[in-house]
Amino acid sequence: MHRYIVKRLLLAIPTLVGAAALVFVLMRLIPGDVCVIRLGSGGTFVDPATVAACHRQLGLDNPWIVQFLDFLWSYCTLDFGISMWSGNPVIQEIGTRLPVSLQVAVMATVIAILLAIPLGTISALKEGTWLDHVVRVVSIAGIATPSFWLGIMSLILVLNVTSLATGTPWLPPIDYVPPWKDFWRNLSIVLLPAITVGYRYSAVTMRITRSAMLEVLREDYIRTARAKGLIEQIIINRHALKNALLPVVTLIGIEFAFLIGGLVVTEQVFNLNGIGRLLVQAVQNQDNVLAQALVMLVVAIFIFTNLAVDVLYAWLDPRIRFS
Amino acid sequence: MYVRMGLWAVGLGLAASIAATPAGAEGPTRGGTLTYLIPADAPPSFDGHRETTFATVHTAAPYYSVLIRVPPDNPSSTTEFVCDLCTEMPKPTDGGKTYTFKIRQGVKWHDGSKLTAQDVAASWNEIVFPPKGVTSARVSFYAMIDKIEAPDDATVVFHLKYATTAFLPALADPFAWIYKKEILDKDPHWYEKNIMGSGPFKFESYEVGQSIKGVRNPDYYHKGQPYLDAIVGIYTPKQAVRIDALRADRAAIEFRGLPPSARDQLVKELGDKITVQESDWNCGNILTPNSRKKPFDDVRVRKALALAIDQWHGAPALAKIATVRTVGGIVFPGSPLAATKEELQQMAGYWPDIEKSRAEAKRLLKEAGAEGLKFELLNRNVDQPYKFVGTWVIGEWKKIGLNAEQKVVPTGPWFQNMRAGTFDVAMEANCQSVVNPVLDTGKYLPGKVFPDNYGGYDDQKSIDLYNKMQYETDPKKQRADMRAYEKHTLDEMVHEIVLPYWYRINLARSYVKGWKTSPSHYLNQDLANIWLDK
Amino acid sequence: MTAITPGSLSPSAPAADEAWRKRTLAGTILDFCRRKPLGMIGLVIVLVICLAGVSADWLAPFDPEENDFSAMMQAPSLVHLLGTDQFGRDIFSRLVLGARTAMFVGFGAAVGGGLIGLVLGVSSAYFGGWFDLVLQRIFDIVMAFPLIILALAVVSVFGTGVFNVIIAITIPLVPRCGRVVRSSALAVREIPFVDAARALGFSHTRIVLRHMVPNVLAPFLILLSAFVGQAILAEASLSYLGLGVQEPVADWGLMLQGSAEDYATTAPWIAIFPGLAIVLTVLGASLFGDALRDAIDPKLRTR
Repeated sequence: MHRYIVKRLLLAIPTLVGAAALVFVLMRLIPGDVCVIRLGSGGTFVDPATVAACHRQLGLDNPWIVQFLDFLWSYCTLDFGISMWSGNPVIQEIGTRLPVSLQVAVMATVIAILLAIPLGTISALKEGTWLDHVVRVVSIAGIATPSFWLGIMSLILVLNVTSLATGTPWLPPIDYVPPWKDFWRNLSIVLLPAITVGYRYSAVTMRITRSAMLEVLREDYIRTARAKGLIEQIIINRHALKNALLPVVTLIGIEFAFLIGGLVVTEQVFNLNGIGRLLVQAVQNQDNVLAQALVMLVVAIFIFTNLAVDVLYAWLDPRIRFS
Repeated sequence: MYVRMGLWAVGLGLAASIAATPAGAEGPTRGGTLTYLIPADAPPSFDGHRETTFATVHTAAPYYSVLIRVPPDNPSSTTEFVCDLCTEMPKPTDGGKTYTFKIRQGVKWHDGSKLTAQDVAASWNEIVFPPKGVTSARVSFYAMIDKIEAPDDATVVFHLKYATTAFLPALADPFAWIYKKEILDKDPHWYEKNIMGSGPFKFESYEVGQSIKGVRNPDYYHKGQPYLDAIVGIYTPKQAVRIDALRADRAAIEFRGLPPSARDQLVKELGDKITVQESDWNCGNILTPNSRKKPFDDVRVRKALALAIDQWHGAPALAKIATVRTVGGIVFPGSPLAATKEELQQMAGYWPDIEKSRAEAKRLLKEAGAEGLKFELLNRNVDQPYKFVGTWVIGEWKKIGLNAEQKVVPTGPWFQNMRAGTFDVAMEANCQSVVNPVLDTGKYLPGKVFPDNYGGYDDQKSIDLYNKMQYETDPKKQRADMRAYEKHTLDEMVHEIVLPYWYRINLARSYVKGWKTSPSHYLNQDLANIWLDK
Repeated sequence: MTAITPGSLSPSAPAADEAWRKRTLAGTILDFCRRKPLGMIGLVIVLVICLAGVSADWLAPFDPEENDFSAMMQAPSLVHLLGTDQFGRDIFSRLVLGARTAMFVGFGAAVGGGLIGLVLGVSSAYFGGWFDLVLQRIFDIVMAFPLIILALAVVSVFGTGVFNVIIAITIPLVPRCGRVVRSSALAVREIPFVDAARALGFSHTRIVLRHMVPNVLAPFLILLSAFVGQAILAEASLSYLGLGVQEPVADWGLMLQGSAEDYATTAPWIAIFPGLAIVLTVLGASLFGDALRDAIDPKLRTR
């Protein structure tokens, strides 16, 4: 098992370098650069000499290969660079935003699990009945709705409902507060985005729970248990659900990794100052250093979550052998 | 044609007082916290001398003083300027080439030390003559300045190379904050990440990308001001969030401008709880045909592009959905130097009879052999009003058989395509702060003298006409010279096509009093005159 | 594809396989309608949308790209069945033309991403070794990579035409399909007839196409049905960020993008109908895909 983990970690290195190369090239393929945007986006005049000075200052006039090796080497020394847009260290830029995104991601995951596992189990047990159909349609609608649309509509719904009920429309606060400073205010800010993301996430999870459950219910040992006359409740809880949860755990892990990268749209809609919004900004401002750092972060989270899931999987299910 | 201001009542005849009127007997009252929306992401830095984005102004202007400015109680004026740190607007001497400002005494920096003329001169020298390694974004505004000096602690003198009407408006630039000399001398980059001024509010805290907070400066030099105890600016880049926030009173005002749909919606829902102020905006979209490329090197083709667009009927319709309204030429419609409607109607693209105009456009296209031309319109990835205006002109061109496809790209690629000349026709924006027609119309000069012109043409006559207008100080003659330059640019050569000017719609909760809108979202942002009626 | 030479060792295997697939496919369809009512509803929805897209020119009463400033933001009426948008364009006409765009985007990206993923996944399993190892790493990178940067690069360099948007959406679908196909193909690889074909000296292309691809078709088809919906949603998200299809092209994501924010309360019909169209189509595709999966292979789990 140790050998397996070491091997996977070694394999992560080429993946990270590949991702670094990809984001490096893509960011530079986009015409224009951070200097032109900063000096010109106000709509006033851009002086070419000022732009040239800015290029020199940020090292944008160096050949690509020099810039790339520089980028790789500084990451080897754990130096993640200075944002080209704000001049602040990238660590600081990301550090102030990451807690917001992580909080939403974790809450959404919890909401998804709380919704998906009971619903998926019921749906599987009542396969083919109207209950199964209703649960599935409601859950699949979560995947079918564009997330920004869901977010905007849920905000308008909150405004309209409170307006009808109390006469004055109410909206969650629009400036984030960490939970340890003001728990209730924090909750009122984060709950709605967590529900919108969690709903979608639960749809994916519910489907896999349902099919895993269906599969397990057809297995011999469940039939044996039934034949032995065990109470249905015990069969479900102790035998079926436990085994069906394996693939669900895998999926939750993988989806969590996607979630961090997928908060882009939701954070925009709810004015959350998280890393999704930071990524959009970095890309729009063509802040190569910050965009590179964010992509490396997202890819690293993806790789390590996958690894953790595989290890967990093996630990839960001794039948699996590493090869 | 001129600046409109006041309540827009959606035909419901809602009666509400204009926020800015000296509301009856009630004068301004002290106290309260103003929460306002900054419709942007975090600005790159706090340094007004270096940045060009309004996000920097909306973030940090309340913490700084300036030398002169547009009058806070009448910011729509395009000709009047008043003192902030000086005591009296000077009369120029030496044939209009020397301006001597007396600096207000007893002004304190937020750190408690005394502000002197040395600080003012040092700040202006940094703006006009930036030392090596320091970026000053608007150096080109100050080509007329020869020397700035402070002979004593109460006097600052500007020596000009030539007399020009462009000087005072340029001096009222809203980015030209006064910094402390001692700090600038030690580290000219200090002001990028720190705030320390002498303005109506003292900087308190900043959370990057989220909010900036300030508290009342008790030592402020304008008597009685500021009225507010504290201010909080919240960064809200998404428009939907801003509208929702105003609706639920999570924030009281947005200073940049919202689209007509937001105004209609909020007025309908909130009635007199919301006030609307509107103004023509010193910003506009212009179409730049690429003269380096066939067939846009042919003036007949460029003229056809202009003649196809029905500005007089399009503008009012577009005003219902987009932040544009008033038809104008190269000069901001509120300025005395602007063309009248009759003068405009003499030029291509402004003919009163659109049928005749389109027939002529088709004739020109046929003559130039460019019928049914297919091309790309390069546009910026910004909804209001770029994409709305783009969709409109494409529809207009379709009516004379032209087939344009909209190529919408983010800001960086948009600039790069224009700078590199890799486009057919570009949707540009010309957006200035203080209305300063002489500087603002420099945009229409050929690229060799004005690097920010992307049309790719060379035209000595245009330069000559501009120079004649630029050095003219007699208002009447200057106006005539401006007409000649305008007619040459828009009608004879059709280097550019000017589309309806933008329209600023400011929405606020009705308890916000004292603030007045203006032709620019850069102006009047120190918030000293705002008070809350709650 | 050439017929298999008589007298060779392997003819019976693929032929039998062919017959087996035909039977189950027909059986599945019949079975499907009886046993999977939800799946059938999904199929009907998708078919109706496809039909609308195909006959859009004939169905649309107005030119979907023609601005009419005398008819801006009109509520649904007999003339404009679903009202008009902010430019006075008929929403019904834009909706049916938008169905065509959605089908282009949905099927284009799904088929494109699916086919490339299929070929790469199968060859990865077939060749194994270094090729497999490198390809898997590339899949990892693309899967983890944020879509917005890919999309922005494609759109900035090539522009925002429908075709370019399809490319941007297709790329992240490739590894997802490749992964699933690879694991199915790995199982097939161990089956004797592949060894037999190799022993006979058949070319790689032939073995992969003729023997391995048909055996991973079931998971592939299921993935395809899921991809159609995902592609349509991805396009809507890109539209929200301003990177999708651009005006004046009729496109649901685009119709939803500006209007969802601007006219949600003053002229709600502008935003509601394209929103419904997206939700219904993706719902239909997902329901059908789920049912298909259950019907073809209840043991198969895909995402």
